[in-house]
Amino acid sequence: MPLISLTNLHKSYGQNEVLKGISLDIEPGEVIALIGKSGSGKSTLLRCINGLESFQEGSILVAGTSVMDSPNQLRLLRQKIGMIFQQFNLFPHLTVGRNVMLAPTVVKKTRQGEAEALAREMLDRVGLEQKFDAYPGQLSGGQQQRVAIARALAMQPLALLCDEITSALDPELVNEVLAVVRDLARQGMTLVMVTHEMRFAREVCHRLVFMHQGRLHESGPPEQVFNAPTTAELQQFLGMQ
Amino acid sequence: MVYHFEFGALIPYIPVILHGVLITVELTLFGTVLGIIVSILCAWARSGGPLWLRVPVGTYVELIRNTPFIIQLFFIFFGLPSVGVHLNAIDASILAMVINLGAYGTEIVRAGITATPRGQREAGASLGLSGPQIFRHIVLVPALSRIWPALSGQVVIVMLGSAVCSQISVQELTYAASFIQSRSFRAFEAYFVVTALYLILALLLRQILRLGGKRIFPGGKAR
Amino acid sequence: MMGFSTWDILRDLILATRWTLLLSLGAFLGGFVVGLIVLFLCVQHRVYIAHLARGYIELFQSTPLLMQLFLAFFTPALFGFNVPAWVAAWMALTLWTSAFLADIWRGCAEALPPGQWEAGASLGLSYVELMRYIILPQALRIATAPTVGFMVQVIKGTALTSIIGFVELSKAGTAITNATFEPFTVYGLVALIYFALCFPIAMGSRWLERRLNAAHLAH
Repeated sequence: MPLISLTNLHKSYGQNEVLKGISLDIEPGEVIALIGKSGSGKSTLLRCINGLESFQEGSILVAGTSVMDSPNQLRLLRQKIGMIFQQFNLFPHLTVGRNVMLAPTVVKKTRQGEAEALAREMLDRVGLEQKFDAYPGQLSGGQQQRVAIARALAMQPLALLCDEITSALDPELVNEVLAVVRDLARQGMTLVMVTHEMRFAREVCHRLVFMHQGRLHESGPPEQVFNAPTTAELQQFLGMQ
Repeated sequence: MVYHFEFGALIPYIPVILHGVLITVELTLFGTVLGIIVSILCAWARSGGPLWLRVPVGTYVELIRNTPFIIQLFFIFFGLPSVGVHLNAIDASILAMVINLGAYGTEIVRAGITATPRGQREAGASLGLSGPQIFRHIVLVPALSRIWPALSGQVVIVMLGSAVCSQISVQELTYAASFIQSRSFRAFEAYFVVTALYLILALLLRQILRLGGKRIFPGGKAR
Repeated sequence: MMGFSTWDILRDLILATRWTLLLSLGAFLGGFVVGLIVLFLCVQHRVYIAHLARGYIELFQSTPLLMQLFLAFFTPALFGFNVPAWVAAWMALTLWTSAFLADIWRGCAEALPPGQWEAGASLGLSYVELMRYIILPQALRIATAPTVGFMVQVIKGTALTSIIGFVELSKAGTAITNATFEPFTVYGLVALIYFALCFPIAMGSRWLERRLNAAHLAH
């Protein structure tokens, strides 16, 4: 059974239809990259999966729970799906440790001591345990993004959604973040990422999904997508990279 | 005619003045703490609360901001007893200050909430926090830190405004000046010294709020 | 004293409102002129003058308006002048208004990007030309709404002049209360009259802010 299942998803902003009937199944442990030009709908699709964007038609099931259900259902679903944002979105008033502990203590009612141990463990996974008491403003962009990953991991999600997580970083800080994602992929985490890092996508992904004008245009394993693109649009897109 | 200043005439009244300072500080302390709580609750109601709350809160804010504090105070102290609400002068003063600061504070805090970047709420939502949890744990503190300087300014204005409470016989600093003036006929000296004390209190209050802000809101300025 | 109807109360209050309005306008005009002078001193290159002007602003913003009224009322008496309440009220409110307006305008001038000053200076404009052609036109646009909005503070400020004996709306309210023993009605009506004066100005200020900011962004 797929972990995430999208069926015939339609979304529009007013007259402008940005998703035109998307169906996609994602298996547990699968690592998928959504690629395509900006405006092709890939970020919108990602944001639909955990209910940050509403949609007009179709359905999204995550581990059997529908995104369109009640707010309570949606909150349960969001606990199972982590999200990493382009702009990190760390909470500026909380220390690194508190950022990671917030959701476990507030949402899952984990005890303080237990949550702290968990936070230290997750920060250790991204190599930042020593920054536990620092504030986000004192960290580099790459470090902030790694904290954001630790924060999402602390909820022990079934899958992580990564929305262009290296796009806001200076070039020399990209690799430390990608290294963390590579480790997660290796450990069997289900990952759905929107990315422009083609070399990275080719290296770690099981499947690439090319989106064009709100549709899934072409998809397949990286070798096939890169070496034998079948449609002119994908050929053109790869040619631009 | 040359006037001879005699600040020495005030010396017997030092205890009266100190008592006045104490009462002014007391009024300000209660007015500020309760007023900020009212501001936060009303700002929440106005920015994210249900519609049936937004309208009355909006009316309260406009009504208070567009009428003089002294009339609000007189209405509470002289007017409310005729509908059965009796308050002593100190309680009436604190209530008036809370209501007054609350109205201005509501708009200030609301501006801070409105300036919250969308990504902050989304990050909270994606972690599974509910709406009220997002407000309490993620939105509120950075919003307050953003508007702390403006809120501090309003607190100082309310402290200075408390001079009016002398008119309902609260024995605060201005009352002390009037008392001395009526006994010693040294009006200028009394009002001059008390004005200087208000100046010192205002400067002190600003420093305390600035340092307090640094303590309460670590992690630098929220964007 | 007998037979005061609500209508009688309202009529007397509205008559007294004349003096509130007159004093507000006088203080606003006076404050506007003095405020311009203070602003001019504030942006002087000679540092001690600028500091002096800032000290003036700080002084009036950090002491109670009521104290300023008392001092304006009692100080002239020291030198043998007995000023009527309305003169003391007008003087104190004028100085108080000038400090706040000067501060508002200074904030507006400082809100302009520093690049504007530098770009102007790099074109070889003199200080006066720089002010006249670059800074003032932009600063005036952002200063209009808060300046109009401050009129609300002035009107509310006039209520304090009742304490030094000037007969305006608040003083009339107290007098009528003493005659009718109906504080709830009287002070309620007084508040509503102030609201009727202030709220339209506040709305107008917000309207100006939206309109002028929108025009500002469109450039």
